[in-house]
Amino acid sequence: MTETQTYSFFLGCVMPNRFPSLEKSIRVVLPKLGIHLEDLEGASCCPAPGVFRSFDENTWLALASRNLALAEATGNNLVTGCNGCYGTFKEALHDVREDPGRLRNVRKILKGIGINYQAKIEAKHVIELLNELGSEGLKPHVSRPLDNIRVGVHYGCHLLKPSKQRPWPKTQKPTFLDELVEATGATSAKYKNKNLCCGAGGGIRGSNVPLADDIAKEKLGNLLAVGVDAIINVCSFCHLQYEQAQIELNKELGEERYNIPVLYYTQLLGLAMGIDPVELGLNMHLVDTSHLLEKVEVQS
Amino acid sequence: MSEPESPELIDSRDIDPEFINQIIEAGADRIRSCIQCGTCTAVCPSGRRTAFRTRQLIRKAILGLKDEVVSNSDLWLCTTCYTCLERCPREIKITDAILTMRNIAVREGYMLPPHKNISKKLIKTGHAVPLDKANQVKRKKLGLEEIPPTVHAHEAALKDVVNIIESTGFRDLIESKGKEG
Repeated sequence: MTETQTYSFFLGCVMPNRFPSLEKSIRVVLPKLGIHLEDLEGASCCPAPGVFRSFDENTWLALASRNLALAEATGNNLVTGCNGCYGTFKEALHDVREDPGRLRNVRKILKGIGINYQAKIEAKHVIELLNELGSEGLKPHVSRPLDNIRVGVHYGCHLLKPSKQRPWPKTQKPTFLDELVEATGATSAKYKNKNLCCGAGGGIRGSNVPLADDIAKEKLGNLLAVGVDAIINVCSFCHLQYEQAQIELNKELGEERYNIPVLYYTQLLGLAMGIDPVELGLNMHLVDTSHLLEKVEVQS
Repeated sequence: MSEPESPELIDSRDIDPEFINQIIEAGADRIRSCIQCGTCTAVCPSGRRTAFRTRQLIRKAILGLKDEVVSNSDLWLCTTCYTCLERCPREIKITDAILTMRNIAVREGYMLPPHKNISKKLIKTGHAVPLDKANQVKRKKLGLEEIPPTVHAHEAALKDVVNIIESTGFRDLIESKGKEG
């Protein structure tokens, strides 16, 4: 048995402030698997790579480094459940490690607010920690196998790319998340253009909703074509995108065509671990999850 | 016989050689090796449904057509999915190049109004998406702390964030009068 690992839990914006059910599911599930989470007090927006890195790289890097430095001061590594935040931290660490000039500049800015930053910390994704346990490590915790559930897995771009700065096996067709999903007993459905972007990033969700929705529509259509009970994501922003886009697309169509429940991975895993769906916040989603929950034979 | 298309002429006065150097310095160091193969355009999820053409953008950048690039709002159609960067046969950091071009656009005063708004939220609250009342209620129902332990719960931490935002010049950048908002 491995010893308990402790991480500073970085929340970001969308998870605590729009989809706290995702945060709750992480806080409930991870400790049961021997992963201890400590609150990272006083963290800000990561800041969001698509917007703030697009506006001013220096500000983005300084604020990202402040968040990393807060975790570094606790002696823990940082963990986040959002692909956008993960992307920011991975790139921010890469940037200062590659370029001593940038590190000097960031350290100077942080010194101005009394923070000493070494850039010695590592930033991980919740899924990275679960992947280290692996399917075999998760299976003993599954008390309610989701054998009759078929889902579409969505990895999200910044979890995987740029691949040179990511820990995953080098392939255009990753399978690690499908394996973690199948550890719950659920089936990961094959579907067209699986690695398509959710369409929210790069400032698109904020500035161009029709484009964001049109990109989401393609994947949602591909999922409807193969028939799934849910779409499984590992990013609070992809989650927001698929929840909100379905509502918006239905409104535009005047019919309820898009009604695929959107679940964060730890919500799916939590269900398989026998945790009450209400405790996982599955009654708070924008797209109704009750049909899925009936199928897993639990009352929400 | 149809007339041949009139060639698009580039005026040498529109060429800013510093533009490409800035992009290279910021990280897209292999951009001059672009062979205009179009893989970037072919794999772009945004380009499939908009007028956004990555290959064209890279060509214009190499030519130094700064004003044309930064004033065109198509620059803001990239979702930063990194697929072009992954597939580029010349291993050009295309997404990084686009981010640098966006930085230059913002410095030149080109920013979309919603992007200005989200920046103002960051400056005011430390979050791009701050907590609202409805989600405070949801948090309570879930048994989470009503106010998350972020800058929302720590006034001094928010001050530090604002301090950084001011020291990098971001506040001035956002609050200055731009060309699109």
